[in-house]
Amino acid sequence: MDFQPPIINLLIVAPLLITMGAGLFLMLLNIFCKRDGVYYWLTLAAIAAALVQNVAMWGHEYGTFIARGSYPMVVSDNFSVFLNSILLLSGIGTLLISRNYLHRTKLERPEFYMLMLFSLSGMMMMGMANDLILVFVALELLSIPLYIMAGLAVSRDDSKESAMKYFLLGAFSSGIFVYGIALIYGATGATALPAVYAVLEAGSPLAMAGTAFLMVGFAFKIGAVPFHMWTPDVYEGAPTVVTAFMSVGAKVAGFAALLRVFTVALPAMSDAWMGALALIAALTLIIGNVVALMQTNIKRMLGYSSIAHAGYLLIGVAAAGQHSEAVGSVLLYMLAYLFTTMGAFGVVIALEHKLGEGIMLEDYKGLAKRNPWLSAAMLVFMLSLTGVPPTGGFSGKFYIFRSAVEANLWWLAIIAIMTSVVSGYYYLRVVFYMYMFDGDRTEPVYAGTALKTGLLIALVGTLWLGFFPAGWFELAYKAVIGTTQLLAGG
Amino acid sequence: MLDNWQFIAIFVLFAPLIPGAAIGANWLLSPKKPNRIKQETYECGVEAVGSSWIQFKVQYYIYALVFVVFDIEAVFLFPIAAAYGLLGAFAVVEIVLFVLILVAALAYTWGDGSLEWV
Repeated sequence: MDFQPPIINLLIVAPLLITMGAGLFLMLLNIFCKRDGVYYWLTLAAIAAALVQNVAMWGHEYGTFIARGSYPMVVSDNFSVFLNSILLLSGIGTLLISRNYLHRTKLERPEFYMLMLFSLSGMMMMGMANDLILVFVALELLSIPLYIMAGLAVSRDDSKESAMKYFLLGAFSSGIFVYGIALIYGATGATALPAVYAVLEAGSPLAMAGTAFLMVGFAFKIGAVPFHMWTPDVYEGAPTVVTAFMSVGAKVAGFAALLRVFTVALPAMSDAWMGALALIAALTLIIGNVVALMQTNIKRMLGYSSIAHAGYLLIGVAAAGQHSEAVGSVLLYMLAYLFTTMGAFGVVIALEHKLGEGIMLEDYKGLAKRNPWLSAAMLVFMLSLTGVPPTGGFSGKFYIFRSAVEANLWWLAIIAIMTSVVSGYYYLRVVFYMYMFDGDRTEPVYAGTALKTGLLIALVGTLWLGFFPAGWFELAYKAVIGTTQLLAGG
Repeated sequence: MLDNWQFIAIFVLFAPLIPGAAIGANWLLSPKKPNRIKQETYECGVEAVGSSWIQFKVQYYIYALVFVVFDIEAVFLFPIAAAYGLLGAFAVVEIVLFVLILVAALAYTWGDGSLEWV
């Protein structure tokens, strides 16, 4: 037997190589250099470089790591470029809002930056992986650094608890996920997504069980009901910057792989998974939004809110079983979610004057007088999370609901609209507290330059998506066409 | 396909029988003269002292972690070595990159001071 090496084009995975290489470089740098500022700027530069390289690949379809007579292991198309841009932006956002926070809370260690770069590489690989095995590797590469980051505040028990819970449940869900891959392999004899698509027959019980297991694995990662139990505890205990990174990055990456695996490999089963995902979406919307009503801790509230938003996104995924334009609405929603959530966490971080303090809803009383700009920004983010025009949250929800209606998921759209109204209560309560009450503390709140920059970007993004969503939707829609072509071309 | 499963079924049935027969025969045939030392958990000549539920030094854990990484590395190196004649230069480049990444991790651990026994 003659061995031929696979075809490898490293330019296609260049964004990954940049972030991964920068992480390794920082690891070595850690031996010689202990100045924190260096790590911050190097990480920022690496992510920016990866973003530039990533955007340069827009409009092309590439495959790499192709063994002879097989499908590419890694693909880059508009879909992955769009998602990777969101992920890299979430990395930049996390860095900007973390700058003063890490310093203030004495959490600034080189490890934070390394782990973030490694996790970011895993997240990007999720959207590019064209093989179930690689999806699993990406999932682990994404998760393991996050487990450690959740426990970054080693002196605090809640941070350790958060890391432990996240690790145990994450490891458990990874096991289920691998079991799903094994079952799919058993049914089709393939792990490459297009190969699975080519072989898979609808109604095969093995493949059905495999699809269910994969769905459970993904639902754990994106925090969908009934696999959401870890989310509030982990979000509350982890340092707030890590929570911000987790709630955007890990969720977007989970949806990236979910979308690619289900629409590329498993359309033959779409009747089955569409119904299941629609049901999960409905449960997620109801439980996420209703339980969020009772929260008094803002990080916990945002945790439940992120569960609820996973529900809105899942509507789009379920609708994608009917028509692929729905994927475009999911992508647009993610973009809006990125700006809004990053911004909201930025304000939370500005108020968290000491680690674990200033994160109760009570602490928001009188914020309008302590820092009017900050509270105005928070007002916009809360309106966007609720879905009030003219903010990004509204545009995202509008397109998601439209795709649900087009897929004949009327009941789901009605539940989603009703829960949106419910969500207004707890989001606008923050606004109410900020503007209508006087708090115990009256000293002004200061935000550092990096945090201000981050908030400004988030604010501009949220409003831009709100006022001019059409262009962005066009872009998101273009991102989907690439994937569907991939589906047809194999 | 089914034949293979039948083999597994035969294995499942017979595999417990063999050690079972050996231990059973031992139990039937051996003379029974228990004493205190024979009843110890570890009958190896040295008396067991104290409880096994003691706290271990956490540093063992770090060593174990580093060990596992290089253990896995060896697992990857052996098949490459076995198939070297077939794979050629491509495999060398791949595995050197792999080892270099692990070396970076070792350097980090070293620089961090985790390898010094305290």
